[in-house]
Amino acid sequence: MASTITLAVTRYRPEEEAEPTVETYTVPFRKDWVVLDALNHIKDHQDGTLSYRWSCRMGVCGSCGMMVNGSPKLTCAAFLSDYAPGPVRVEPLQFFPIVRDLIVDIGEFLHKLKKVKPWIVRAEEQPLSEGEYLQTPDEVDAYKAFSMCINCMLCYSACPIVGLESHFTGPAAIALAQRYNLDSRDQGASGRVEILSDHEGMWGCTFVGDCSRVCPKNVDPAAAIQQYKLTTAVDTLKSWLLPRGSR
Amino acid sequence: MSLRYPLRDFHMDIFSCDVLVVGGGGAGLRAAIAAADAQPTLKIGVVSKVYPMRSHTVSAEGGAAAVIKTGDSLDEHAYDTISGGDWLSDQDAVEVFVREAPTEMLQMEHWGCPWNREPDGHVAVRPFGGMKVQRTWFAADKTGFHMLHTLFQTSLKYEQIQRFDEYFVTTLLVDEGRCEGVVAIELATGRVVAIAAKAVILCTGGCGKVFPFTTNASIKNGDGMALAYRAGVPLKDMEFVQYHPTGLPFTGILITEAARAEGGWMLNKDGYRYLQDYDLGKPEPKPVLRSMELGPRDRLSQAFVKEQEKGRTFEGPYGHYVHLDVRHLGQKLIDKKLPFVRELCLKYVNLDPVREMIPVRPVVHYMMGGVHTDINGATSLSGLYAAGEVACVSINGANRLGSNSLTELLVFGARAGRAAAAFTAEAPDASSSVATQAHDEEAHLERRFRQRDSVRSGETERIATLRTEMQGVMEQSAGIYRSAPTLEQGAAQLQSLQERLTRVGVDDRSYTFNTEITSLLELSYMLDLAEGIVHAALARTESRGSHQRTDHPDRDDQRFLAHSMVHRTSSGQPRIEYSPVTITRWPPGKRVYGR
Ligand SMILES: Cc1cc2nc3c(=O)[nH]c(=O)nc-3n(C[C@H](O)[C@H](O)[C@H](O)COP(=O)(O)OP(=O)(O)OC[C@H]3O[C@@H](n4cnc5c(N)ncnc54)[C@H](O)[C@@H]3O)c2cc1C
Ligand code: SF4
Ligand code: FES
Repeated sequence: MASTITLAVTRYRPEEEAEPTVETYTVPFRKDWVVLDALNHIKDHQDGTLSYRWSCRMGVCGSCGMMVNGSPKLTCAAFLSDYAPGPVRVEPLQFFPIVRDLIVDIGEFLHKLKKVKPWIVRAEEQPLSEGEYLQTPDEVDAYKAFSMCINCMLCYSACPIVGLESHFTGPAAIALAQRYNLDSRDQGASGRVEILSDHEGMWGCTFVGDCSRVCPKNVDPAAAIQQYKLTTAVDTLKSWLLPRGSR
Repeated sequence: MSLRYPLRDFHMDIFSCDVLVVGGGGAGLRAAIAAADAQPTLKIGVVSKVYPMRSHTVSAEGGAAAVIKTGDSLDEHAYDTISGGDWLSDQDAVEVFVREAPTEMLQMEHWGCPWNREPDGHVAVRPFGGMKVQRTWFAADKTGFHMLHTLFQTSLKYEQIQRFDEYFVTTLLVDEGRCEGVVAIELATGRVVAIAAKAVILCTGGCGKVFPFTTNASIKNGDGMALAYRAGVPLKDMEFVQYHPTGLPFTGILITEAARAEGGWMLNKDGYRYLQDYDLGKPEPKPVLRSMELGPRDRLSQAFVKEQEKGRTFEGPYGHYVHLDVRHLGQKLIDKKLPFVRELCLKYVNLDPVREMIPVRPVVHYMMGGVHTDINGATSLSGLYAAGEVACVSINGANRLGSNSLTELLVFGARAGRAAAAFTAEAPDASSSVATQAHDEEAHLERRFRQRDSVRSGETERIATLRTEMQGVMEQSAGIYRSAPTLEQGAAQLQSLQERLTRVGVDDRSYTFNTEITSLLELSYMLDLAEGIVHAALARTESRGSHQRTDHPDRDDQRFLAHSMVHRTSSGQPRIEYSPVTITRWPPGKRVYGR
C-alpha cells in the first residue's frame, strides 16, 4: 500500500484572487482515514489557511459536503482508500456560490426551507394536558423517510434543474414539505401546495433521480417530488371542477 | 507595532434585540421559542457559529427521559437522577426538572417530533442506564437529530426570532455589572459586529474537545463557559467529566447506550460479561434495569480500566478495547430500534453488528460542570443566563444519567427563555458604552490575531501542536482515574501552554471565513477550561461519581458534599471555592446497582 496520497483541492480567496485555483497536497495514506481526515491533516500540519466546514464527523450534522472526484459526498464518510491511488479531486459543492475555498453559500436554501412551512399546522391545538396526539407506527412510517434529511445539500449539487434554475425549491425542501403533509398530526398541506405549484422548477424535474441517488440518508427526495406533482396536478384539476371554497 | 484602526472601510454595525440567545442547539432554540411565546412583542436574536441544525444536539442518539407511563413516578425519576449523580445534584433543581419534563416532551410531540410509538399510537419508551423504570422517549437512535430539526423548523414560524447564522462570539459586553450583549465575527465577511441585548442566554454546549478522544464534535470547545468565566462568573463542578463506556476506537463515534438498553452485552477478551465482577449485579439473558450493562456510565467506564489492568481487554492500534455484542438481538430489532448504530458501524468501521461484535472503549462524552446558574438559568452576572450543557444548575451532580441531557435542554432552556424575557421588562436599554467596548474588541482581535507572525516565518508554533499537547495533558492528568501528582503536573503543563499560546502563529490574513483565527480563539477558550477542570479536580480530595482519585478513594460527605466553584483571578489562574448542595428529600446514601 502506498504510504501517501495526493489531494487536488480547490482554493479560492476572494480578497486575493478573481478565480478559483487548485492546490495539491500530499498526506499520509491511511486505510481508516476519510477525505475529511486528510483535510484536517492539511489544516493542522501543512496549511492553516485551507477553509472548509465540518463538525460531527459521523454523518449527521450535514456540514461537510463537497465534490469528491466530481460527485457530491459527505467527506466524513468518503474513505480515501476508495479513491486510491489518487490524486483525489476535492471541490466545493457545485451549483452554489463559493464563499471561500471549499465553503459554499447555502443562504438561499434556508429561505426555501422557510417557504415550505416546515412545521405542524393545525386548525386547533390540543392542550398539552390532554397528552400526545396518537400516531400509530404505520402513521409514523408514512413520513419517516422524509424526516431523515440532514440538509447536507448533496442533492442540490446533483440536481440538473438546480444547475439551470437556482430558484427551484429543490429536492430537500420539497421532501420536507411532504414530510409534514404526510404527518397525521398536520393539517397544513393545502398551504404548502401553492408554494410549490406556481413554480416552474418542479415541472421541469424529469425524475432522473440523481438527488435520491446521492442522498446519504435514503430520503428519496425524487419520490417526494413525484408525489407532490401528483397532488398538485389533482389539485389544479379540482380547482377547475369545483368552486374554490370547497377545496 | 502599527495598528490598523479603523479596521476596514465600513463602520461597525450594531444590532440590537431584547433577548439574545448564543447557540442554536437544543437549549438555544428552546430558549428562543420560550422567550417568544412568553412575550410575543420581544425581538429575539439567535447567534450561532454554525447553522443551527449543525449544532451538536444533532448527534444525540439514544433518547430523552420523562415520566409518562403508569407505573412510573416523578419521585423515582428524581431518585434515579440523584443517586446516579452521587448526591451532588441540587434536589430542588431535580424536582423541577422531573416535574416539567413530561410537559416539555409532549410539547416536542405537538411540534412534530417523530417519536417511536406503541401499536396503539401512544409514545413508546425504552430502558436506559441507571434508570429503574423505562422512561426514555426515543426517535429510533437519532433522537437528538429529530429533536433539533423539529425545534429548528418550528422556530422558523416565529417572525420575531432573528438569526445570526455563522457568527462567532468573541466576548460578552459587560458594563457596570450587567451583561448587555456580545461581540461577534460574521464569518462570511470577517466583519466584527456588536449585538446589544437586554438579556443574553448562553446555550453554547459542552467542551469535550479539551480531551483527545471524545464523542464531541469539533465545535464543542466550551466557548460560552470561557466567555462567562472571563466575565467573572464562576464555573461549577468542572472536575466532573463523563466518560461514556462505548465509543468506537479512533473516531470516538458513540455507540448509544440504547444498544445495551435493548439487550447488548459488554464482553472482555475472554467473551465474559465482566461487569458482574464490579458490584453491578448478575448477568441475565435479558436486560435488567439499574443492573450490569444498564448500570451508570461512571461505574462502567471505571470497570473498563480495571479490566485493562487485569489484562483482560483487547489491544488494538488505537488502544485497548472490549466488545459490545448485539448479535443476539437480531437484524429486525436492530433495524427498527438501532438503525444508526448499524449505519455507523457499516459506514465508519466496515463491520455489521448483526453479524459481528463491535469494538468499544470509554470516551469523553459530557461535561457535568459548567456555568453556575440558579433554577431559572440566571448567573451571578445580571442579564446573563445559561442553559443546556454549558450550564450547571445542577441536576447531573457527579454523573449524568443517559437521556437526562436532552430533556434538560428543554426544561432549562425554556425556563431561561422565560426568565430572560421577564427580565427585559425591568432592564434599561444597553448603555452607550456598548459601541466603545465593541470597537475595543475589534481592535483587540486585529492586534491579537490578524497581526501575528505567520507560522511560515518559522518563529512561531502551530495551533494543532498546542491543542494536541493540551489534550494529552488532560487525558494524562484528568482522565477516568486521577491523583495529586498527575494533576499537579497537569496544572503546570497547562500553565506553560498558556504562555506558549501568545507565540502561536497565524498564516491566514483573510477576512473571508477565516477558520484559523476561530480555531485559535477556540483553543484559548479550551485552555482556560482545562485549567479549571484540573484545579477543581486537584482540590477535591475525595472520589465521587465520575471523579475518582486513586489517592482519595472514598466519598467524603463531611467536606465535599459541596459544589466546587472555579473563579478566575486577576492573574488568570483559577481559584476554587465551595458552595453547599441543596438536599430536599433524599439524604445522601450508598449508590446501589444490580441489587
Ligand atoms: C454523540 C452524542 C450522543 C448523545 N446522546 C444523548 C442522548 O441520547 N440523550 C441525552 O439526553 N443526551 C445525549 N447527549 C448529550 C446531549 O446531546 C448534549 O448535552 C446536548 O445536545 C447539548 O445541547 P446544547 O444545546 O447545550 O448545545 P449544542 O447542541 O452543542 O449547541 C451549541 C450551540 O452553541 C453555538 N456556539 C458555541 N460556541 C459559539 C460561539 N463562540 N459563538 C456563537 N455560537 C456558538 C453552536 O454553534 C451551537 O449552535 C449526547 C451527546 C453526544 C456527543
Ligand atoms: S435529501 Fe438527502 S441529499 Fe438532500 S439535503 Fe437531505 S440528506 Fe442531503
Ligand atoms: S462532519 Fe457532520 S456530516 Fe460530515
